[in-house]
Amino acid sequence: MSNVELRGITKHFPSVTALRDVSFSIQDGEFFVLLGPTGAGKTTTLRIIAGLEKQSEGSVLFDGQPVDALTPADRDVAFVFQQYSLYPTMSVYDNLAFPLRSPLRRLAEPEIKRRVEATAEKLRISHLLTRKTARLSGGEMQRVSIGRAIVRDPRLFLMDEPLSNLDAKLREALRVELEHLQKTQGITMLFVTHDQIEALTMADRIAVLKEGRIIQVGTPGDIYDRPATTFVAQLVGTPRINLFEASREDGRLIVKGSDLHLPAPNASLPAALLLGIRPEDIKPDSAGQFSGRVTLTEPLGVETILHIQSGQQTLLSLVPGISPARIGDEVRFNIVQEKLHCFDVNQQRVGA
Amino acid sequence: MATIELRQVEKKFGELYAVKPMDLTIRDGEFVVLLGPSGCGKTTTLRMISGLETVSGGQILLNGHNVTWRHPSARDIAFVFQLYALYPHLTARENIAFPLQAQRESPATIEQRVNEVVKLLRIEHLLHQRPGKLSGGDQQRVALARALVRRPAAFLMDEPLGALDAEFREAMRAEIKRLHILQRATTVYVTHDQIEAMAMGDRIVVMSAAEVQQAGTPHDVYYDPSNLFVASFIGSPGMNLIKGRLADGVIRLPGPQNGYSGLPEWRESLYKVIGNDKDVIVGFRPEAAQITADGALAGEVYAADMHGAYTMFHVNLNETDIAPEIVHIRGDRQTDYPIGTPVRFDLNPEMVRFFNPETENAIRREAA
Repeated sequence: MSNVELRGITKHFPSVTALRDVSFSIQDGEFFVLLGPTGAGKTTTLRIIAGLEKQSEGSVLFDGQPVDALTPADRDVAFVFQQYSLYPTMSVYDNLAFPLRSPLRRLAEPEIKRRVEATAEKLRISHLLTRKTARLSGGEMQRVSIGRAIVRDPRLFLMDEPLSNLDAKLREALRVELEHLQKTQGITMLFVTHDQIEALTMADRIAVLKEGRIIQVGTPGDIYDRPATTFVAQLVGTPRINLFEASREDGRLIVKGSDLHLPAPNASLPAALLLGIRPEDIKPDSAGQFSGRVTLTEPLGVETILHIQSGQQTLLSLVPGISPARIGDEVRFNIVQEKLHCFDVNQQRVGA
Repeated sequence: MATIELRQVEKKFGELYAVKPMDLTIRDGEFVVLLGPSGCGKTTTLRMISGLETVSGGQILLNGHNVTWRHPSARDIAFVFQLYALYPHLTARENIAFPLQAQRESPATIEQRVNEVVKLLRIEHLLHQRPGKLSGGDQQRVALARALVRRPAAFLMDEPLGALDAEFREAMRAEIKRLHILQRATTVYVTHDQIEAMAMGDRIVVMSAAEVQQAGTPHDVYYDPSNLFVASFIGSPGMNLIKGRLADGVIRLPGPQNGYSGLPEWRESLYKVIGNDKDVIVGFRPEAAQITADGALAGEVYAADMHGAYTMFHVNLNETDIAPEIVHIRGDRQTDYPIGTPVRFDLNPEMVRFFNPETENAIRREAA
């Protein structure tokens, strides 16, 4: 395992610039997620680290040493694919042994056996070694695919949307399994996804990528609690953050087209701004400061999304349980003042 | 107005049931969701209602009239498929007007009805664009407008949001529900997405393996699932379902010391259905458990996920992690337990349910 650093990576393709001056570093043992929409440059970044693609500018370093001149094989990184990349007719043992039997390695069978068994032990799949992979559960397959990568002890794991084609229940289970494995095995991981839930739940740190540029790098808490731009604020969290045009007048924030007047959290805020409020920070309360009318309720089970109209604006509020509120009800609510997000007209975070 | 009634409707392909005999009455103005994994029979059911698929047995009644063998066009029901069935060479307005032109309505009528529906959907600004120029969400709005403009008695929608990105899907979900509330047209909506079903449905018909598992309000299917399938299918993650053993008034659970004794109100029903020294499945939602220092149950943190507004803890009840027995516990963001931390937790007895492991059905509490 090792540290990975990207310094000023730019990638031009004939018709498009895929990456512009991308820099970040991944610490040893870290679960690092690249999050962004389709076309943001996530996969290109991964391919450049693996050596499958050559950058136009900048450098990739492993443990402080540039690896730009090294072939993919010499970089010693492991791509982990979805479970269907296992050989279904081979046993788990043979699947794990496969990378070690590569002609490049020329390992003796007893050494292969030793390594396969040690890996199986680590991943708790020793009891499955004789089984055909086609007969495994989803979670077991995931462990075997990781095992096949671990067995040759690579410096870095690269995963490109490995969960995206699976159904929701299996995805949830595998997420938990992957997180557990990565942490308990001390794997260094670079995981690419467009799914904000995967990023928030598994990452130690997230890099948000948009149109080939890094917008923000931080822990899931940083990204969620202090999004650097409106793009990041809207990318993470379901339902999406409420975002309103607002103005600062006499120490108050006034949301355009509504009755929402809030004390301005910071005197240095610009006069025109965008105000973000997460749905869970809009809290119905019979003695609340604000009022509005319920226009829609979406009971999800564990919580309910209330659509509350104030003036011409609709706010989404997330409340616990299945709410008894009905369409047309007048509700009073409070807004958690410490959790307001302010952005300037260029969509950059301002204030605290 | 439209009521839709299915009486013992079934569909067989050879010897195989696609839909086992099914009864369902959909009231006028109701929004009913057919929910289930792929292959469960939900789309076949919808297609039988529309007339696109013939039934193998049973009757379909529309407003009390038997339409079982009536042609789809004679059923006055609009079918909204997944997105992108717009004509690419026509503008949005022409697409919307198309069904009315096909019905040979007068230009004045067409003008009036198109304007009405366009206002309702707030798409005035897109009318001169062709579909190729529109975003996914806007294409969907135009497709919806084209369905609405016919003023059908009922809407049948088959995963209309399936092709959209997560961000559009959330907005369109609310939009469709808002329209339904304004128009109150009877709607049957097919999806495999339980969040969509919960958010939109007045009633949810949960299907699996060609059979209705439960038909009820979102509250019913969430808090009182009829069987193990519904309990695990609804919710993300689904209900925790842990096998235990009922003996002497306590249910022993996996883990060295774990037992659940919050049974007084259930005792009679459990002993009647399960019996002493027998297996029983204990079910509880992640929010029904709370991590607390003096909790009655114990386990070890297997993984912890930050979800923004909350943290989900995955706790292993077994001492080994070769075959972990994981329960999901919803906690607040402030607490943080690294993997491997021993934790204790309690269950809110109001939210604990029990299932018979043999029949997989919920055990109902007998009225006191």
